[in-house]
Order: sequence, then structure tokens, then C-alpha cells
Amino acid sequence: MAKVKFDIPEFRPYPTIPILKPGVMKGNGPFVAKPDMQEALGFPGELIDDWHDVAIDKMGDLLKKYRSLRVFLDSCVKCGACTDKCHYMIGTNDPKNMPVARQDLFRQVYRRHFTLAGKLFPKLVGAKDLTRDVLDDWYNYFHQCSQCRRCSVFCPYGIDTAEISMAAREILDTVGKGQKYCNEIIAKVYKIGNNLGLPKPALANTLEGLEEDMKDETGIDIKMPLDVEGADILLITPSADFFAEPHIDGLIGYAKVFYQAGASWTISSYASEAANFGMFIGSYENMREVAERIRKAAIDLKVKRIVFGECGHAWRVGYSFLNTLVGPFDFLDTRYPVPQHICEYTYDLIQKGVVKLDKSANDHRRLTFHDSCNVARATRMGDKPGGQFDIPREIIKACCNYYYDMEPDTIKDQTYCCGGGGLLTDDLIELRVKGALPRMEALKQVVDDHGVTHMAAICAICKSQFSKVLPYYGFEMDTILSVHQLVSDAIVLTTEVKTPG
Amino acid sequence: MEFWTAFYAISFYVATFILVFGLGYKIYQYAVTPAPLKIPTTPAPVTTGGVVVRLLSEVILFKSLFRSNKWIWLFAIMFHLALWIVLVRHLRYFMDPVWTLVVLAQPFGKYGSFIMLFGLLGLLARRMFVKRICYISSPSDYLMLFLLLTIGISGVLISFVTRTDIIQFKAFMLSVLSFDFFSWQTMPTDTMLLIHLASVILLMIIFPFSKLLHVPGVFFSPTRNQVDNPREKRHVAPWAVKKFETSSAPTTSE
Repeated sequence: MAKVKFDIPEFRPYPTIPILKPGVMKGNGPFVAKPDMQEALGFPGELIDDWHDVAIDKMGDLLKKYRSLRVFLDSCVKCGACTDKCHYMIGTNDPKNMPVARQDLFRQVYRRHFTLAGKLFPKLVGAKDLTRDVLDDWYNYFHQCSQCRRCSVFCPYGIDTAEISMAAREILDTVGKGQKYCNEIIAKVYKIGNNLGLPKPALANTLEGLEEDMKDETGIDIKMPLDVEGADILLITPSADFFAEPHIDGLIGYAKVFYQAGASWTISSYASEAANFGMFIGSYENMREVAERIRKAAIDLKVKRIVFGECGHAWRVGYSFLNTLVGPFDFLDTRYPVPQHICEYTYDLIQKGVVKLDKSANDHRRLTFHDSCNVARATRMGDKPGGQFDIPREIIKACCNYYYDMEPDTIKDQTYCCGGGGLLTDDLIELRVKGALPRMEALKQVVDDHGVTHMAAICAICKSQFSKVLPYYGFEMDTILSVHQLVSDAIVLTTEVKTPG
Repeated sequence: MEFWTAFYAISFYVATFILVFGLGYKIYQYAVTPAPLKIPTTPAPVTTGGVVVRLLSEVILFKSLFRSNKWIWLFAIMFHLALWIVLVRHLRYFMDPVWTLVVLAQPFGKYGSFIMLFGLLGLLARRMFVKRICYISSPSDYLMLFLLLTIGISGVLISFVTRTDIIQFKAFMLSVLSFDFFSWQTMPTDTMLLIHLASVILLMIIFPFSKLLHVPGVFFSPTRNQVDNPREKRHVAPWAVKKFETSSAPTTSE
């Protein structure tokens, strides 16, 4: 693929008011899904002739199904609170990347067709017909939203642009204009069981290789079981954990924790994917069908618990939606939440003293933590609100001696998206690099102030995105780490296996 | 029967009808539209009581807006709080005898109107001069501010400058409220009063069709009003049950 030429944004030495550059990110958007991929998801292969009427009908249908959409479209007062909160806006300065302006691409059509004011006085209230230009703008700009929900934190009515962009993508899919990256991945999950299209033999081979690596490293037989019926714990992890760096070091970390806890666990080749791209395309049906695989694997393997690996949006679907989509999970051990996050699992074992960590093993690293957007703003860990911030930090601090948070307005629920999200494709590299700007600035500050060498994360997409964009900003690509990689390096393994934890 | 008296009395009935039923319909619509997924913006309260506190902190203190932008927050809270006090003060024209609380609110309401106007002017200035907000503004966004400013300025002028026969106006208002059809007390016809009332009536009429729907909307916003308990309690929309969990669907229903 030809290298795309674009300007890498410069670090802003002090907070500045963004200068609007209208149309700077106008374009054709990401690659469009091929007909067979569209059809695998139950959508038309290509843009249908009566797309306008079908789109309006679909909008009406979604308005009846989603209170969020209805309330959010009506409630915006154009106060401007969100206008400087989006990382893509900050990185590109295209005004259509202001959350409210992105919503308005949708809202203008809603007003025209579903409100009295928009039917009678379209110009007055900014209502517009769904023309081909508007549809193209939808495709382009609703694929410049990573659905990170940062705008929803700051909106006085909690309007979440993610909900609007999901609805827009659902409508685009319904008229036959889906995004290649997301839809191809979902099609692969249906066919093979994971986003990468990694079949069972390849997966088994990979896991065996990792077992050998761990044996070489530790001298201990640490297993990575696959499709073990009757295991206690089913590990659902993003397939990137099986092959990508630094994800794979996180997977090794999980295996060591399970080993040390003496836990009986397994990976499923049928549900070998935590990610659920049905969420990104706003399709309840597809999200449910992907999630159904997890339920089926849990039943087939007769497990008692489900634990999710490090993946941001997967944790959103796992924590917030799994019970809704394919619950109830009353056939599992009710003493444990369904599902559990691997960080909840590890943290608990650290508390109990089952997992012991040697902080000095990470003395060559000075760490910070990137809160992944979906974990931070759409989920929880543990019993208390905010556990999603505290638990990963507690794990990291238990693994190392040098930990420094980034600026308070760039972490926790104000965290900046990595710039990847469901847009983690090379055809959107310009957007990805520009969207990473605010995170890179915050990282630069802790690097300069505290000599931070590494940034840990608990999301497969964040890890892939940072590996790719860090070099554009002058950082090493291996600055990004998995949280469980730190655990892996610090964990004190004992050969004598403990009672199950 | 004076023309203006009949015109304003009837307009008042019509506007009230549209406001009550228009808003009632939107609230009904929000209430019956399901929220199929748990989407509170986290960290979110894990109890219903916590959600009440969260919503009140949004409705009364504009907490999210405060975190977002101190200037918008300042102007918005000035306008809204002053508006409430001004509204309470106005209750005296609609009741006899007048509640003590309303009597006590009189001086605050009278001078609060200046704070309200200042807030509105601040919001207008931002809309006109901050490029980002200017970009997202439609004509209706400016007109809404002009309408509110018209109400505020005409009200201030009546109170402090031009004056009107307020005793007579109250007699008119009470006769309208007691449905004395076509035997209403005569309404004073000072220009400022006519402007003040006409703009209030217009505001009541456009309320259910405009962005003023943020008033009921904030209470129905799923990102703010949902309890964070998806693992503990299964949350599923009726349409999803119907579509996926009937006898032919693979998932067992509750």
C-alpha cells in the first residue's frame, strides 16, 4: 500500500483554542465493505437504489427502539460544551469532528423527517434532507468517531455521540454502505470464531509455542489449555493476544496468574475472541450473535466462570451488555460476577496473597497507565464506582516501584481515546495519527517530567494503535505494554501448586 | 369585550394547551421508548438513590457542564437560577391570597431579572463570537435567545420604567384562570406588557417543538439515569425479548 502523506500534528506547548479548518477531513471515508461481507452480516451487498426511503424508515425504527437516540436528538441546546472535547477534533480541527456537529449530521435529517419544526421551517432549525452528499458525509464523519464517549462526560444532558454514530452506521449498513474493516471482521468471527480468522490448529500451535517459551523462561510447565471440557474458568480474550506484540506478553501474564492460583482454566477455539465489533457498527443483532458464541462455549465446555482478557470495548460488551444480550448466566457459579475482568481476578489474588510480586523485576521501567475509553466510561471493575481506574493502577503499582499518572484531565473518566477504536485500519492512518495527539501530549509530559519509559494499557485496540502511532510522535513503538506483561515479569512463581483460588 | 383582552385570554388557553399536551406527549414518548442496553456514563451510581443524587447534581448544579466549561456554566447557571426565582415571583399574579414564600421572593425576583439578562447576554456573546459555537448555531438558536431576552427586557422595563396597572392585570389573569369565558376582566394594554405576554405565549407554544425539550430530556437520558448494575441484574428491552427470546430463539428467556 502506498504511504499516505499527511502532516503529523505538532505538540501544543500550552492549551490552545482550536482554530476551525472546515472540510480538512472531508473525504470518502474508510474502504467500503465488499458485497459478500455485507451479506454475511445480513445487510445488502451494495448501496441499494431506494437507499433514501430505506434509510428514513430505518431511522424511524431505531427511534422507536432506542430511547437514547430519541432523547439525545431532541435535547441538544448547542451550548458548545463538547466542542473541544473530541480527540479527533483536537487532532484535525475539522469542525465536523466536534461532537455536536457530528451529531448534527444525523440530527438535521431527524429534524427534517421526524419533527414539526423541521418539516415546516427547515432552514430556521437547521433541518436538511438526506441527500447523497449528506449520506457521504455520514459515511465519512461517522467513521471519524471512535465511540469513546468522552463528549458524553461533559454534556449537561449526557448526550453520547457514540449512540448517534452507532445508529448512523446501522443505517448505512442497512442501505448497503458498510465499512470494510469492521464488517469483514464480524464475518470472520461467524466463519472461524475470531477477528483474525485464526483456525483451531493454528491457535493450538500458537499456544503450544507459548508454553514452550514459558518453559524456557521459567523452567516451569505453565499451560495454555484449549477446549478443555470441565475446566473451571473460560478465558475470553481478544485474538490479538494470540499473536500481536505487546498483547501476547499479557496473555503470558494471565497464564502465569492462573498457574500460580492453581486454577483450572481453558480457552475456547469456538469463542476465541473477546472483541465484538457488532458494537462498533451499532447492530444489536450482530452484537448479540457474536456474544452468543461465548454463551455457547461456556455451556459446551461446562465451565463455572467466565473471565475476560484485556480488551476495552470487549469489556464494555462483556460487563454492560453480555447479560442483556445472551443472559441469564444462572448456569455458572453464582459466587462470581459474570463475566469477570482478568484485572479483577488478578487483583483479588494479590489481595489474598496468592499472587506475590517482586516489584524490582520492573525497576528498568518507569510507568504510566492509559485508561482505555470503553473501560473507563462504559464499565466498572470491582464493587465500587471507579474500580475500573483503581484496580488496574493497584495491579501496576504492585508490580513496579515507579508509577506516575498523566495529567488529571487526560485520565480516568476524562481519558483521551487512543485514536483507534473500531477504526484500526490502515486506510484511516491519517485520522489515527491525528486522533492520538492529546494522548501523545500527555505522555510526552510524564516522559519529560518523570522520565516515564512505558505506558501500560488494558485494551487490544489501544495496544495495536499505540504500537503504530507512537513512532510518528517520536516515541519507541514498544513504549506500550500490557498490564499483565508487568504482572508476568514481576510474578513470583512457585513450583508447588496451591489449592484453587 | 376589548380585543386585546379576548386575544390574550384565548392565546393563553391555546398556548397552555399546546405546552401541556405537547410536553406530555414527548414525556410519554420518552417514557415508552425502551433503553435496550445499559449505557450509563461511568463511574455511575450503583443504587437508585445514587442515580437520584446524580440527576439532581446535573439538574440543579449543572455538574457535567461545570467540568466542561466554566464560562458556559457561569452564564447558564446565572440564567437558569435567576429564571426560577423570577418565575416564583411571578406566581403572585396567578394566586390570591399570595403564598408567603412568593411574597418573600419579590425583591429577589425583581433584581434577579438582571442576573438572568446578564446570563442570557453572556450566552449570546459566546454564540456570536466563539467560532466553534457560532459554527454549530442555527437561526433558531439565536432566535431562542432573542425571545428570552425580549421577555426579560420587557419585563424589566415594566417593573422599573414604563409600569403598568398591575392590579388590573392580576384581575385579568385571575379571571382567565377561573375560566370566566368572554367575561374576563379587562387587560391593561401598555405596549411593553403586550410584548412581554406575547413573547411568553410564543415561548410556551414552541416549547414542545424545540430544543427546550432538554428540560424533560435530561431526566430521561440513559447515560445519566441508569443504575450501574448490568452484571447483577439482567436488563433487557421488550422488543429484544420478543425478537430473540421467544420459543424459537436459541436463548432461554427468564
